[in-house]
Amino acid sequence: MRNAFADELTMLANSDERVVLLSGDIGNRLFDTFKSVADGRFYNCGIAEANMMGVAAGMALSGLRPFVYTITPFTTTRCFEQIRVDVCYHKAPVVIVGTGSGLSYAELGATHHSLEDLAIMRTLPGMNIYAPCDTTELRLIMREVMQDNAPAYIRIGKKGEPNIHSSPPALKRGKAIVVRPGEQVALLAVGNMVAETLQAAEFLARQGVAAEVVSFHTVKPLDAEYLAQARERFSLLVTVEEHSRIGGFGSAVGEWSVAEDSRVPLLSFGTADEFMHEVGHQAYARKRYGLTAEHIAAQVLSRLSQQQS
Amino acid sequence: MDEISITELETTAAQLRARIVANSSQSSTPHLGTCLSCVDILTALYFSVLRINPEQPRDPLRDRCILSKGHGAPALFQVLAERGYYAHEKMKHYGEDGGIFAEHPPTPEYLPGIEAATGSLGHGLPIGLGMALSGRVNRESYNVFVVLGDGECNEGSVWESAMMASSQQVSNLCAIVDFNKWQATGRSQDILSLDPLVDKWRAFGWNAIEVDGHDTAALLEALSKFPADNHKPTAIVAHTVKGKGVSFMEDDNNWHYRIPTADEVELAKRELGIEG
Repeated sequence: MRNAFADELTMLANSDERVVLLSGDIGNRLFDTFKSVADGRFYNCGIAEANMMGVAAGMALSGLRPFVYTITPFTTTRCFEQIRVDVCYHKAPVVIVGTGSGLSYAELGATHHSLEDLAIMRTLPGMNIYAPCDTTELRLIMREVMQDNAPAYIRIGKKGEPNIHSSPPALKRGKAIVVRPGEQVALLAVGNMVAETLQAAEFLARQGVAAEVVSFHTVKPLDAEYLAQARERFSLLVTVEEHSRIGGFGSAVGEWSVAEDSRVPLLSFGTADEFMHEVGHQAYARKRYGLTAEHIAAQVLSRLSQQQS
Repeated sequence: MDEISITELETTAAQLRARIVANSSQSSTPHLGTCLSCVDILTALYFSVLRINPEQPRDPLRDRCILSKGHGAPALFQVLAERGYYAHEKMKHYGEDGGIFAEHPPTPEYLPGIEAATGSLGHGLPIGLGMALSGRVNRESYNVFVVLGDGECNEGSVWESAMMASSQQVSNLCAIVDFNKWQATGRSQDILSLDPLVDKWRAFGWNAIEVDGHDTAALLEALSKFPADNHKPTAIVAHTVKGKGVSFMEDDNNWHYRIPTADEVELAKRELGIEG
């Protein structure tokens, strides 16, 4: 996803002189092409994220369209107050990009995990939150945010994520995309968990359960329209995210359910309320928190059979 | 705006001080000491230095000024009205529920003349730096001024910004520190060591100028050295007195929060030579 981000941004910068890139001292060589295309529009802001976010806001208030890029915790939790005051309070069209989100950098330890970013960003008025499932969605989202004159946060993985879409789908802010239609249960997934969730649907199919898989590339604003019809069609809505079960996408769906008095049963998958202290790669960490296709499928089956009994 | 004399600027500053003191009393708005310490700086900027047109508050080519020490907003609100961004009448309901005039500046869309909603300290310089860099990207030759408090210089973001402004050679950025030697609960030097403040800015790669922040001629002389032709940003460390202009408020930190009585307002006006 990182390479697609750099490539798409270079194209955007080529056609729009307002595009500037602020990096928090990462992406060595990644932005070489960007720099050659957009001379004077790349700023390495050093390891000083509070300043970087304020600078981005000042640029956005002066008519530029800054993208701020660094590892997710440092572009979200580290400078949350600057995002709240400088960006959102001012409705400054800054695009914040967090790379290595969720457990992408599991092996780097909890300092580099981002399992709270969706939760805190969701609380900010006017913030649009995106989590693309693959490079196709990422590119479309980047074009989409350029059309909006509003703050945005894009949560991306690292590299080597599988492609979900074989051709570019129609992508609109706040409109979820059904990537696999089904009739019995809806699996609503965010970002890099869509691939794993599709596998879970595969397992379920083998058990005779037709699961619908949906990419909620926009976490905020939430696609209430999809949810409204899903509550009529399904007896169970399942949320899957590489994020804490507190405050993220699952919570957003829960809030929707309460507000709508939907009474539709919900099942949420995410990380536990703890820091991971042991070392492990992403696959290990996902397994630890039950974020695997096998575990998701088994839990869904179990819940469905309880409903039938 | 026509050339304005030092005497006229001093008269304007005295009138603004009287308005600020009266408004604090009427609306029970605190931070009087900090407002009075920055009045001469704001007067020099808004009435002599800034290339602004109150009738075109969003002109892309305007100079920008951010009051980063946002709790000085009661002073800024009076300055902007006096400068013609809106009528003084607009502040009739100052401090009342549902209004926009209170203790800190609102966002720009709610009040002409405001460049950034400050109040949380340490935000103005990064935002100002972003605006100054935008001028470079957009090939516009405006200048950006950021007025900081000395207590505000506790914030690490100020120094993050100072380093980046220096490495990027942002010569169209000017930071002015209202160095009144106090912060909310004590002497700024005792709380977090600030001294030597001028040397700090210099060490961070800025042109640093030290000046009496209540000497209008000296302030204008310092501001005339900006922008410098050595590619460095400029910091003006302005020595000021909290509560300046009203003898019983000067250098008394109780006036960070105290509200003057009607009698004290009259006394202050008399000292400032303002009738009525």
